[in-house]
Amino acid sequence: MKILVPVKRVLDYNVKARVKADGTGVDLANVKMSINPFDEIAVEEAVKLKEAGKATEIVVVSIGPAQAQDTIRAAMAMGADRGILVETTEAIDLGGIEPLHVAKILQKIIGEEAPNLVIMGKQSIDDDSNQTGQMLAALLGWPQATFASKVVLGDGSAEVTREIDGGLETLKVSLPAIITTDLRLNTPRYAALPNIMKAKSKPLANKKIEEFGIDTTPRLKIVSVAEPEKRKGGIKVETVDALVDKLKNEAKVI
Amino acid sequence: MAILVLAEHDNKSLKSSTANTVTAAAKIGSDVHVLVAGKGCDEAAKAAAGLAGVTKVLQADDAAFEHGLAEHVTEALKSVAGNYSHILVPATGYGKNILPRLAALLDVQPISDVMAVENETTFKRPVYAGNAIATVQSLNSKHLLSIRTTGFAAAGAGGSAAVEKISASGSSINVTFVGQELSKSERPELAAAKVVISGGRGLGSGENFAMLEKLADKLGAAIGASRAAVDAGYVPNDYQVGQTGKVVAPQLYIAVGISGAIQHLAGMKDSKVIVAINKDPDAPIFGVADYGIVGDLFQIVPELTEKI
Ligand SMILES: Cc1cc2nc3c(=O)[nH]c(=O)nc-3n(C[C@H](O)[C@H](O)[C@H](O)COP(=O)(O)OP(=O)(O)OC[C@H]3O[C@@H](n4cnc5c(N)ncnc54)[C@H](O)[C@@H]3O)c2cc1C
Ligand SMILES: Nc1ncnc2c1ncn2[C@@H]1O[C@H](COP(=O)(O)O)[C@@H](O)[C@H]1O
Repeated sequence: MKILVPVKRVLDYNVKARVKADGTGVDLANVKMSINPFDEIAVEEAVKLKEAGKATEIVVVSIGPAQAQDTIRAAMAMGADRGILVETTEAIDLGGIEPLHVAKILQKIIGEEAPNLVIMGKQSIDDDSNQTGQMLAALLGWPQATFASKVVLGDGSAEVTREIDGGLETLKVSLPAIITTDLRLNTPRYAALPNIMKAKSKPLANKKIEEFGIDTTPRLKIVSVAEPEKRKGGIKVETVDALVDKLKNEAKVI
Repeated sequence: MAILVLAEHDNKSLKSSTANTVTAAAKIGSDVHVLVAGKGCDEAAKAAAGLAGVTKVLQADDAAFEHGLAEHVTEALKSVAGNYSHILVPATGYGKNILPRLAALLDVQPISDVMAVENETTFKRPVYAGNAIATVQSLNSKHLLSIRTTGFAAAGAGGSAAVEKISASGSSINVTFVGQELSKSERPELAAAKVVISGGRGLGSGENFAMLEKLADKLGAAIGASRAAVDAGYVPNDYQVGQTGKVVAPQLYIAVGISGAIQHLAGMKDSKVIVAINKDPDAPIFGVADYGIVGDLFQIVPELTEKI
């Protein structure tokens, strides 16, 4: 069983995004970039399935700048076997390559690789779209089990517990299928140094986005990007009595 | 052309997110239809017809739609999509699961988490956990949007739209509903509550959430949580407020034992009044709080409950 895991290079989740002065986007120059946290969870899940003897090969794919190689290597250090970089010079957060383009490229790669399962993140923490997995499932005509907090792989099917608005839901999907990860699916491992070294010699194919023959004209125009409105600075109160007084008489919310 | 809103419901009643989405639709155009796809969903369809501003309700009633699975609901949407310039869903787990699936089949790039309507094709949405607000123009031939409920007031009652039954069937894709475990609560829906009290890692255990319950009883509040509290198993997953959980904007938000990570702030910083209770005077949550109180939550919360 082969598992494909798309991984995206994003601004590290500990770094606060800064809007560019000209209002065209978020400044990504000289800031720490990392693997999207949900994709790290996806890689972990795939590696666990391999360790449990249920998967035989894990292929990771990233669409992004040349530096997305590092993202692929990070996934390999966790245990992925092979990587494919689809290089583009366009932005992958805002105003460039969009989820629909990514889904179409992944669809083509899946056509060649024929994985039995795709595990990916539910959301990129830069564009916060939460779209690509669902789109890819639609393009392939596959079932989707999004926002997964538990995956039990059976024979030709998977039983997936999903985080939904009111609690949890369990679905059974036939394979091949798309699973997107939620935060509580697992806790990703730290790659050990020897594995980081080993990852450097694992196969990584370099492709250019143009090779896929997909029209990547943006369907969304980013008119502007601005800082959110700042909240007015608040105050600290010393006592509970003072707090109750403020809430009743100043804010009038109780 | 008319605008279509996908209703979120449990076959009997509508979720409040539907009413917020109708308001967003009414800002784009005046002919607003609602699709209710479910099984035995007459009640939900009737409720949709009663929303102010709705001009027609389409009811797709079929066993396939009972649990709102994306593969099936997408088929119902696709069967009517040709009649609409815009298709809107609430930006909840339900809507976000379905809209991109439909979008790919229609070859449309949707816009997630719309928080404001600028004009028929231009919308504002938060990106990077709300640290930036993008104004985005859709160049698609049809516009697909998921709507942040906190950006739009709920449409009121007073509508009297006709309900038209449409025949739509589910997909042949092999997906089956196995079961559901819904967290039971007598409290208001988190996303729609006027007061929300959220607990974080500082609570220390699930049992200690009982303390927040008492305060919530007094205020008629909903209970929320940080990711850390959910991960630690103090409360169920659907309590999570934040970038990747629920987005709330109540009149009053009380953060108890929550540090205020950007991912948490993304889900609550549009609340009208924010109160923070934290023993660390430097906790980032104080940066967004209107009223902060530094101290031990185990003393402050019971005292507040008594005095409020
Ligand atoms: C991809 C990703 C997505 C995420 N999505 C979300 C999300 O949607 N929502 C979310 O909340 N987080 C999210 N997070 C996690 C986020 O980064 C923080 O880790 C989390 O919000 C921290 O929760 P906390 O504030 O409860 O815990 P902590 O940061 O540990 O804070 C606990 C606070 O409690 C205070 N405290 C402790 N004891 C007491 C006491 N006795 N009295 C008073 N105060 C006390 C401490 O001073 C501290 O400030 C996400 C992270 C990632 C990587
Ligand atoms: N440029 C990309 N390269 C690889 N995977 C991606 C890319 N963009 C999105 N994905 C995958 O799609 C998921 C959802 O992303 P999004 O729809 O942008 O929120 C991510 O968690 C990744 O698994």
